[in-house]
Amino acid sequence: MVFHLFIPIITPMIGGALAVLFNRQRVVARAIALISVLINLGYGLWLMSVVPATGPLVAQGSGWLAPFGISLVADGMSALMVMLAALLMLTTIIYSFYSIDEQREHHFYYPLLLLLLLGVSGAFLTGDLFNLYVWFEVLLVASFGLITLGGSRDQLEGGLKYVVLNLLGSTAFLAGCGLVYGFAGTLNMAHIAERMATLANPGLQTVLAGILLFAFGSKAAIVPLFFWLPSSYHTPPVAVTAIFSGLMTKVGVYALYRTFGLLFQNELATYGPWIILLAGLTMVIGVLGAVAQMNVRRILSFHIISQIGYSVMGLGLASAAGLAAGLVFTAHVMIVKMALFFIGGAAEQIYGTGDLKKMGGLARREPLLALFWFLGILSLAGIPPLSGFIGKLILLQVGVSQQAYLITAVAAGTSILTFFSMLKIWNEVFWKKSYDDVNRLPRVPLGLLAPGAALVVLSVALGLLAGPLVDYNAIAGQQAFDRNVYITAVCGADGCEAVYRAALK
Amino acid sequence: MHRNELPPPNRLPSRSTPRDSALYDSLILRTVSRLMMPLLLLLSIYMLLRGHNLPGGGFIGGLLAASAIILQIVAFGPKTARRILPVNYLLLAAFGVFFGAIWGLPAMVAGLPYMQAFWLPEPIPGVGKLGTPVLFDIGVYLTVIGVTTKIALLLVEEPILFPLPAMKPSPVETEDGA
Repeated sequence: MVFHLFIPIITPMIGGALAVLFNRQRVVARAIALISVLINLGYGLWLMSVVPATGPLVAQGSGWLAPFGISLVADGMSALMVMLAALLMLTTIIYSFYSIDEQREHHFYYPLLLLLLLGVSGAFLTGDLFNLYVWFEVLLVASFGLITLGGSRDQLEGGLKYVVLNLLGSTAFLAGCGLVYGFAGTLNMAHIAERMATLANPGLQTVLAGILLFAFGSKAAIVPLFFWLPSSYHTPPVAVTAIFSGLMTKVGVYALYRTFGLLFQNELATYGPWIILLAGLTMVIGVLGAVAQMNVRRILSFHIISQIGYSVMGLGLASAAGLAAGLVFTAHVMIVKMALFFIGGAAEQIYGTGDLKKMGGLARREPLLALFWFLGILSLAGIPPLSGFIGKLILLQVGVSQQAYLITAVAAGTSILTFFSMLKIWNEVFWKKSYDDVNRLPRVPLGLLAPGAALVVLSVALGLLAGPLVDYNAIAGQQAFDRNVYITAVCGADGCEAVYRAALK
Repeated sequence: MHRNELPPPNRLPSRSTPRDSALYDSLILRTVSRLMMPLLLLLSIYMLLRGHNLPGGGFIGGLLAASAIILQIVAFGPKTARRILPVNYLLLAAFGVFFGAIWGLPAMVAGLPYMQAFWLPEPIPGVGKLGTPVLFDIGVYLTVIGVTTKIALLLVEEPILFPLPAMKPSPVETEDGA
């Protein structure tokens, strides 16, 4: 029992409320946002340093006994995600200082960011299925606010698609939640996992797993369910797009890992090949969708989908090693994708448009920006000394060792297509000659360059010093795939059923 | 057609009371809502205080209090309602979240999980048992009042804040084109 496991949830909640109260004083609101995120980041780092050795840390809300109350559980996967969410939010807030207009700040921009962080951290930490739904709603409400904040015509159009399709996924999740409760009689994830292993009626379990696959698949934007993403992500300000790309779809991936690693591990044998198929389609269709686009952020949006394919492939491999590899890749792609959005967004900001045809010549004008962009796309494509190489290499290794040759080949081939697609942006924005005089453009302020550059440097560092990351994720993958460790941590050595029976007597 | 331009014949405003844009003009409604306001507010506080172990609580109480305010909006219009209770409802909601959240913290200072309850040893006559859950409920109460009333006010004031562009009179179209 770790009573302070609530800190990553309480901090953005109180911080968000305070930021609304002090909204008029811009400096105070900014400082509150920054401090909240720094607390979360520090706590996430501490969690990551502790969890591999101690196993999952658990806290029971209000001190209620485990299968009855709401548990918070931080295993390796949760700790990594909590830390990354805070880190990415930190870069977003710094980028926002230099790019968000006063009007948006006045209309509660920072409180919405903190609300998003609250929902995301809660979703990563909770050990209760319905509570997970609640956190999804929290982060969705925040994202609805962020995506339409400003109320331009494009934003409202994109926001409408975003809201409708996400509500569809939420409804499926809620229905699945209710059915799981009806079937297993409990909502505590550890308890559900225990009962799923013992309850007969495998057919129903398959159906339940399918519903949750649909629900989280639509959140993660895997192939037949991705339409909301490219039609809405290019409309809000760059900072918002960036944090969405870093967090929103990844919460879906996390939920898929959690449901299939813990609750429906039996079903993973049935669904594995299908998930692999979806993963392959997601990779290829995402990258092909990017071909037709001529807008920086639209291209990057399609690449989010393509990269989700790799994360889901880790799940489809249906083993602890697969999950570990998927986690390494997800961590890498969260960092690099956001870096690319920041850098591409900075270029967009100084041109005033994201249209590739109207841009050009930035390599000479902003060599630093160009350098970091190039490093970023090398990393995304998976060129050796960078983090993308490690992420993809481990995935491919696991794929080959499990004789999943086809998906491995598709994954490798998609990397090349990704690189080509990214080179298109490189050519159009940075390399080709501009029609206008580049020297008349405003310079990129340091505040717009620094967040993206810092993330690229982090990606390089993770590539060069990959050992700790890989070791950490190997443990995290094992923890995510080992039901008994999770159940013991939440309910004690005898399991939740024993606690439940004892309490009923 | 804009609501404020042409009131339907059965809702023509009477000249006895000044009002801005009451949604429904009726002497009975106005009289009753004046009487109901204190009753509903009292009931909401009663619900709030009994809530932690009987049906009720901050959410129900907050809805009741908000319904008292919304009744004023319906009967007298948003301006009058704002004059009766001059509160920034958004800040009220934010303060409610803050107030509710901090009462979970004493447990953490004591090394217990967030939101674990502390109670006064003896119940207070007329109020009942008091403890941190009641204070948390008060936070919920304020948040629900704030959010619900803010939403209602936004819906009612939308035509005032964002008036529709004036419509040109156009010939009446019938469905069969006759």
